Parts: sequence; C-alpha cells; structure tokens
Amino acid sequence: MSRIEFREVGVIAGKEFHDRLRNRWVLAVGVVFTIFALVIAYFGAAQQGAVGFRSIDVTIASLVSLVIYLVPLIALILGYDSIVGERERGSLELLLSMPITRFELLLGKFLGLASALGVATVAGFGLAGVLLIYQIGSGAIFHYVGFIVSAVLLGLAFLSMAVMVSVLAQDRMRASGVAIALWFFYVLIYDLILLGVLVLSEGRFSMNFFPVLLLLNPADIFRILNIFGFEDVRQIYGLAAVFPETLANPWLLGSAMVFWILAPLGVATWRFK
Amino acid sequence: MTNSLIDIRGVHKRYGDVRAVDGVDLQVVTGEVFGLIGHNGAGKTTLFKMMLGLLPATSGDIHIGGKAVRGAAFREMRRSIGYLPESLALYDNLSGLETLRFFARLKGIDQTGCPVMLAKVGLAAAADQRVRGYSKGMRQRLGFAQALLGAPRLLFLDEPTNGLDPHGIQEFYQILRELRDRGVTVVLTSHILAEIQQRVDRLALMRNGRIQALGTVQSLREEQNLSLSLRVVLRDRGARGEAALRQLLAGQGIKEFESGAGVARIECSRAGKMALLGALAGLGAEIADIEVHEPSLEDVFLGYTDQLT
Repeated sequence: MSRIEFREVGVIAGKEFHDRLRNRWVLAVGVVFTIFALVIAYFGAAQQGAVGFRSIDVTIASLVSLVIYLVPLIALILGYDSIVGERERGSLELLLSMPITRFELLLGKFLGLASALGVATVAGFGLAGVLLIYQIGSGAIFHYVGFIVSAVLLGLAFLSMAVMVSVLAQDRMRASGVAIALWFFYVLIYDLILLGVLVLSEGRFSMNFFPVLLLLNPADIFRILNIFGFEDVRQIYGLAAVFPETLANPWLLGSAMVFWILAPLGVATWRFK
Repeated sequence: MTNSLIDIRGVHKRYGDVRAVDGVDLQVVTGEVFGLIGHNGAGKTTLFKMMLGLLPATSGDIHIGGKAVRGAAFREMRRSIGYLPESLALYDNLSGLETLRFFARLKGIDQTGCPVMLAKVGLAAAADQRVRGYSKGMRQRLGFAQALLGAPRLLFLDEPTNGLDPHGIQEFYQILRELRDRGVTVVLTSHILAEIQQRVDRLALMRNGRIQALGTVQSLREEQNLSLSLRVVLRDRGARGEAALRQLLAGQGIKEFESGAGVARIECSRAGKMALLGALAGLGAEIADIEVHEPSLEDVFLGYTDQLT
C-alpha cells in the first residue's frame, strides 16, 4: 500500500469545507441548530404544563431528541452525493488523473465534509450553550460539552454511512433514496423493532442481547451517552432496566461510536478501489 | 522503439464478453504528436483511460516513462502528465482562476503561474468569473489550461477542440505546435480528421478494440493505395478542349474522368501521378490551372473501415 500524502488530502478537504462555507451551508445549519436548541430548551417541558429554561439534565434530554432526528438527516444529505455526484457529473475522472490515490480522495472528501458538519454543530449548539449558561448556570458545562462532542460523533457516523452509500450507489437518485432509507431505519424503525422483540420475548434476553443491539445503532449510542449520566432521565427513558451499567462506560460507548465512523469508511475505501 | 515514452504491450480490457480493448501493442516516442482515431466504441477512450491508470487492464502491460501505470512511482509521473477528458466537467461554483489554483495545488505545483496560463488560453478577462457563466468553448479552454499546468512532459487530449470556434481551434493548434517544439509528447483523439491530419506525426486507427492501422498519414495513404484527384482547368471551355484532353489522357491509367464547363476532374493512382502530369504538360497553354488533391485522412479512415464492412 502506498504512503498517504496528507497534502493532497488537505487540498480536497479544504475545497469541500470552503464550498460549504461559501454557499453558506455551515451558517444555515449552525443557525438552525441554535434556534432549535433554544426553542426546545425553553419549550421542552411544555407537555408537563411548564415553559422556561430548566435544569441541564432536562434541557439535554430534550436536545437529545432533537439531535437524533436532525443531525443524522443533515449528515446523510451532506454526504450522499460526495462521490456519486462527482462520478455522475464527470469530474471524478479528472480528479483521479491527478497525483492522488482513491483513498486520499475519499479521505479528503470525508474530512472536508466532516469539518463543515463539525463546525456547524459546535457553533450552533455552542452558541445556544453560551446563551443557556446565563439561564441555568455554568455548573453543567461539562455535560453540555459532552453533549456537543457526542452530537459531532453522531453526525460523523452518519456522514461516514452517507459516503459509503455514495461510493456504492450507481447514481445520485438511488444514493439519495438509500440515504433517506437509512435515516428511517436507524432513527425511526430500529427502536420500534427492538421494542417489539423485547415485548415478544417477554424480556427473556433483555440483559444479554438487548444492550448489544442498542450498540448497533449510532443513534442509540448517542442517546445512552447523553442520558445515562442523569439518574432522573434514565428512569424516564427506562434505560436503567435494560442497559447494564458496565456497558454504559462513556469510553466504551465512545469507542462504539468511533467504530461506526470507521466501519462504513472502511467499506467505502474497499469498494472505491 | 528505444526512446518510447509510452509502451503498451498485449493490453486487453474485457467487460464480461465484451472486448473493449483486444490485444493492443503500441509505442509512442518522446516528443511525438500521436493521433488515436476510430469510430465510436472502437476502444480509444478505454485505451486512454488505461494509459492514465484510471482503468486497470484485464491483461498486458502499460509503461509510461519506464514506470508501470500503477503504484507510487506512477503517482509521481502523474505530476508531469496533463489530461483533458472528452466529457469535461469543472466546478461551476469556482472562478476560472480558482479552478486552476485548485488543480495546481493537487498537482503540487506553484500557483503563481495560474493567471499566466489563463491568459495563454485567452481567458484572462474571465479569470474571476464563475465557471457557471462560461460558454462551452470557454470551459474547453479552461480544461486545456488545467492540462497544461506544471509544464507536463506528456499530454493526453481527448477531443480537445470540442466546442471551440475556428479562432479557438487555431489558437489551440498554435499552442500544440509550441509544445511539440519544446519536446512535449502529445496523444490526442479527434473525430475531425481534417483537423489533425496535418498536425500528427503518427496515428493509430482503432477498430473493435484493436489497432487496425499504424503509421504516418502518408504511409497509411500509400498502404491504402488510394487514388489522387486532379482538377484541371482548361482555357478552352468548349467541347473541343475536353476532347483534346480525353485524347491526351487515353492510355494513362485514368480511373475517373469527369468534365464540364472547361473543368475536368481526374483520378489516378499514386504510381501514375508523374506520368499523368507529364502528359498534361503536353497540352501547354491549353491548361489554365492544375490542382493536385492527396487523399484526406478521412478517405484513408473510410478506406480502412470499408475493408471490413
């Protein structure tokens, strides 16, 4: 295997990032995150008949639901045409005639898009966090930073899946269809299936099998990472009953998330060759 | 050929049962302008892509500058290769100058030469304009500028004059002449055979994935033994002048003879050309003008392709 030239990777990544800065994608997504975060933080407890900024655990619990829906969708939309789009337009051939390997091109694409997504996520939720600190105090800043970091990791996991889809798909139309299907599966359907299995099995394998199945969905990993630390919220979500504390180690969960970033990228690299 | 820059030996490319390239052996000499012609689907673009390392060969070997077209060694070689694809797609959101700078960075070369390169292809005034607003000809010029970045030793140009107006075509071939003078090796394809017949040193005619003919335009003409055409203008535009001409040409091995209004079109074999001209000289002042037309590259191309149909 030939040596990786990071200069070329940087050129591709830089172009992808600057393209998103220039067309105001980063700004738009950042603003959406900030507004949604503030609105949800304020109205998060409206169902219980109260509005206003509350404690950090309730705020983060509300934001987790937002992030699970929004971030994977944005990441999938961002990455689904990264390779297939170049191929369909005809620009891939010219790029590959340059002194750059396919892996470097793929890595550059991923890193550039990941930077755009990461900056939008950190800036969007970071700005909301700065405003929230005035309301709920700075004591919970550690949890909030953890929430932002895990939101970035969640985005990268779905971005990695999107890049993989982009490599495998024959055209942009199919790539977009598969990307949306992935979002439906992991964000909407997966937990329903697990719940159904749990009910049908009458809880027989809940302590052994169920936690592992949760780790097979990056959205669930993100949820556990952010919820498990708060006792009250954990009880509300019912996680305490089905997820053992030993598996709730943040480093283990973080590693599982990193696996979800690297595995689809690995498949994409293998197929792109 | 000892000074071959491109060395292709026994190369095949198969897609299932389809043989896109079927046992090609070809050497392109350093400093040569080499044309690759053939009908659509003949295998030219596939061979082009294999030479660039964009497609792996099913079997056979391709070496450029003594290096196999794969791996780290060829990656370095790519810095000295320019490529203009047939279906050129550039980034609409970048300006012409930004496009060149992007490709210069990818090639690892100095970006300060980019404005000069734009000026060379006549795009200095549109340097800061987004490519989105470029015409097809302007895009082609920008693509050519991109291929010229970094003073390449070898240029692959696939249908390089696509979308260019006559002025643009003339400028393109002027630049190509300068490159040839500097010793740059050029491999190009074109469907406009009249355009390249005076501009290539050698050419290969591809058909069904194979090289059907290889040589200079002149050697291919001779191999085909195609007739030459003469246009003779007579001073006497009446039937008397034509009759005199017919009488004179009797027994000269004339293949075709058409005349009217004092203008005669004569076809003869290459071998009989000098004898015919000598005979025409016998008419002296009766002849106002003689034009000799060599068979065009298109005639040669059709001659080869008709052989197998």
